[in-house]
Amino acid sequence: MNLTLQMWRQRNLSDEGGMVQYEISDVSPEMSFLEMLDILNESLIARGQEPVAFDDDCREGICGMCSLVINGIPHGPDSGTTVCQLHMRRFQDGDTIYIEPWRSRAFPVLRDLIVDRNAFDRIIQAGGYISVNTGGTPDANAIPVAKSEADLSMDAASCIGCGACVAACPNASAMLFVGAKVSQFRHLPQGHTERARRATRMVEQMDAEGFGNCTNHYECMAVCPKEIDVRVIAELNQEFLRTELTGSE
Amino acid sequence: MILDAKIPEGPMAQKWDNHRFRMKLVNPANKRKYKVIVVGTGLAGASASASLAELGYRVENFCFQDSARRAHSIAAQGGINAAKNYPNDGDSIYRLFYDTVKGGDFRAREANVYRLAQLSNEIIDQCVAQGVPFAREYGGLLDNRSFGGAQVSRTFYARGQTGQQLLLGAYSALMRQVGLGNVTLRPRTEMLDLVVVGGRARGIVVRDLICGDVYCASADAVVLATGGYGNVFYLSTNAMGSNVTAAHRAFKRGAGFANPCFTQIHPTCIPVSGDHQSKLTLMSESLRNDGRVWVPKDGDDHRAAPEIPEEDRDYYLERRYPSFGNLVPRDVASRAAKQVCDEGRGVGSSGLAVYLDFADSIERLGRDAINQRYGNLFHMYEKITDENPYELPMRIFPAVHYTMGGLWVDYNLMSTIPGLHVLGEANFSDHGANRLGASALMQGLADGYFIIPYTIGHYFASGSFEPVETDQKEFEDTKKSAADRLQRLLDVRGGRSVDSFHKELGQIMWEHCGMSRNEGGLRKALELIPALREEFWRNVRVPGGNGELNQSLEKAGRVADFLEFGEVMCLDAIGRKESCGGHFREEHQTEEGEALRDDEGCSHASVWEYKGDDDFPVMHKEPLSFDLVKPSVRSYK
Repeated sequence: MNLTLQMWRQRNLSDEGGMVQYEISDVSPEMSFLEMLDILNESLIARGQEPVAFDDDCREGICGMCSLVINGIPHGPDSGTTVCQLHMRRFQDGDTIYIEPWRSRAFPVLRDLIVDRNAFDRIIQAGGYISVNTGGTPDANAIPVAKSEADLSMDAASCIGCGACVAACPNASAMLFVGAKVSQFRHLPQGHTERARRATRMVEQMDAEGFGNCTNHYECMAVCPKEIDVRVIAELNQEFLRTELTGSE
Repeated sequence: MILDAKIPEGPMAQKWDNHRFRMKLVNPANKRKYKVIVVGTGLAGASASASLAELGYRVENFCFQDSARRAHSIAAQGGINAAKNYPNDGDSIYRLFYDTVKGGDFRAREANVYRLAQLSNEIIDQCVAQGVPFAREYGGLLDNRSFGGAQVSRTFYARGQTGQQLLLGAYSALMRQVGLGNVTLRPRTEMLDLVVVGGRARGIVVRDLICGDVYCASADAVVLATGGYGNVFYLSTNAMGSNVTAAHRAFKRGAGFANPCFTQIHPTCIPVSGDHQSKLTLMSESLRNDGRVWVPKDGDDHRAAPEIPEEDRDYYLERRYPSFGNLVPRDVASRAAKQVCDEGRGVGSSGLAVYLDFADSIERLGRDAINQRYGNLFHMYEKITDENPYELPMRIFPAVHYTMGGLWVDYNLMSTIPGLHVLGEANFSDHGANRLGASALMQGLADGYFIIPYTIGHYFASGSFEPVETDQKEFEDTKKSAADRLQRLLDVRGGRSVDSFHKELGQIMWEHCGMSRNEGGLRKALELIPALREEFWRNVRVPGGNGELNQSLEKAGRVADFLEFGEVMCLDAIGRKESCGGHFREEHQTEEGEALRDDEGCSHASVWEYKGDDDFPVMHKEPLSFDLVKPSVRSYK
């Protein structure tokens, strides 16, 4: 099939950037979306132009590196997938496809479709962990965890930190991301000792990075490649309020 | 090159204990005086950085990804082994040790493997304490499943995302140390070279991938946890960015490279769909717990899979290996798949695939149970192939997955360059000629959490360290050579893209140094690779400049190193005149087509020493002795 691509090009952080149109032909429906971009880049190099920069690594939907807004939807039209798992059979011959980077003040564009997501790392640094050093831990079976709780923890822990939730949110809120980490530990006994501190610190850091707050649009859940439920946002609010009300830090 | 493995004295079960007692210690207050550079943030790198920082060392940690959480360990699916014996099915440290030595086809160092089995249990405890949500039974205790090469259930897992959960555990420990100011983290920063001062590893040269700055970092020791080199084949299950550069540059600075020809071809990957293919996707080995592998008995049988009746199917693994069945080790399963496809019985449009069928398990356990176990893998399969594995059997084919070879290390995980330590897939030590499933995660975390924190202290306490400055000659010279090389890549301004060279190299390697090898083919590869390398430096086109984010330049540097390293792999494959594990030499096989080892002539690690760009590297041998597990014909029948 033949396609028209409208792509965001931006030289660096200070460049204003803009959309540029490319034509691409002989796209096979078996190709992944990123393989289609590989072909485009090969043709740009052959023509002496600079290829389009985009982030990717594992290409199997788990590393969280790929990050494209396709026709206005982070990770594209399929639900429960990352861009690297999107295939060209989802498109029709003659389509025009708009491809942009994540848009958020907290994720500055470094080049073309690549953004800086270190804000997420800083939020984890603020409290997204259980404070245990290596060694001296009890036997793994010493603390039983109900399967239902372990499953809720795992559901939240499957977050890949891609940032699509922020890109989709009209407020550029990171609450699905923060909630997922808080929820993972909330459902495990190991996580309870630091629960108050964790929620407060992560929320403070989230605010400091310039992310907005949740006003219940649920766009985040709709685009999340791991289909993380917004219940984690409710749980984050509960954990946060619990600390505020009891004052226990 | 002196290869002193430094295996401690004493009975096998007490070696590590004895060694921990005899190793020198660094006083807690003095640990602040030592700085460690760690390259890589996968399971080995992140766990090492966090653990060293907790002890009080100053750590600077580098990765080329945009975040430490994205290292390729994240993609490991199936699980992590440990000798907990929770299921009460006969497991023990000794059995995990035995299975790993046997699974590695008797080409690993016994003492290292024993220590790995000993540490396996602590790893699970550590991960649970960090909040890794392993799968549990209804009673609240941890669940186990079985993997290839084992007849016990010793594999802990977190759905099909075990690597992700373990890595996020190590990453969160690392982030905690970054937050406390004990680790300086440098994402989007790639190591270009190693700096050796006075014979010891004292720093690295890196490139800031955002602005292009090339600069030096200095330390008292360097730890490489930079993963494997499977991407030399272009198509593999590795992430796009996985590369050999750090290890290869260390090799060129004097570190011995052990067993480079030992690569693992994983039997269950989604087959190639066309020339556009950029990578291959693994379907976890755990699927072989409930999936049955088969092809039609007759190569001309082109009926759809569900229409082929039971009597016309050949469940060839169950037929050939009745005691292990579908759970034979990876090398055996991969070769068997290649054999049936070579016989013309492969399925799918290319004929390069076999079926992995869940129909029986779905009937026995129900669709929900299968969904619970493998839901995300089935989802991934459907996304890629547009076929529903609940209704049609999966089509799978072997693909390059892991590299057992790596930089040579002694028992302390130190390479032949003093101060340069190597962890995880980047070293060679524990898996011999074939790695068992769910053992990579175990090794990466054992190295990082429980070995390097001890052995690096011993290294520091055993000598004195002159201060080094990054403006001294050794640093400046290494930095200049790295920067000049980048400029040379940009200056070629030829006609072919980096990817086109990488693809061509991958085809050469797959054809001649892949699932089966012979001397004629390997010699041919040794003519083709230098010719391709020569063309690369004459005709590659790298657009853009140096002082900016330039992905073509990043790739060009990595492919240039693969073009050198592929040759070392072929030399090693020629030199090893036997078949063992993932290394199948067609000249050395039994009448039934099974691998034929040569314990008299080849019971060694082959360690290659760099001798300059114009000379072949020289091979040294570390002889392997087997005191506990007597090498035998590795039978899974």
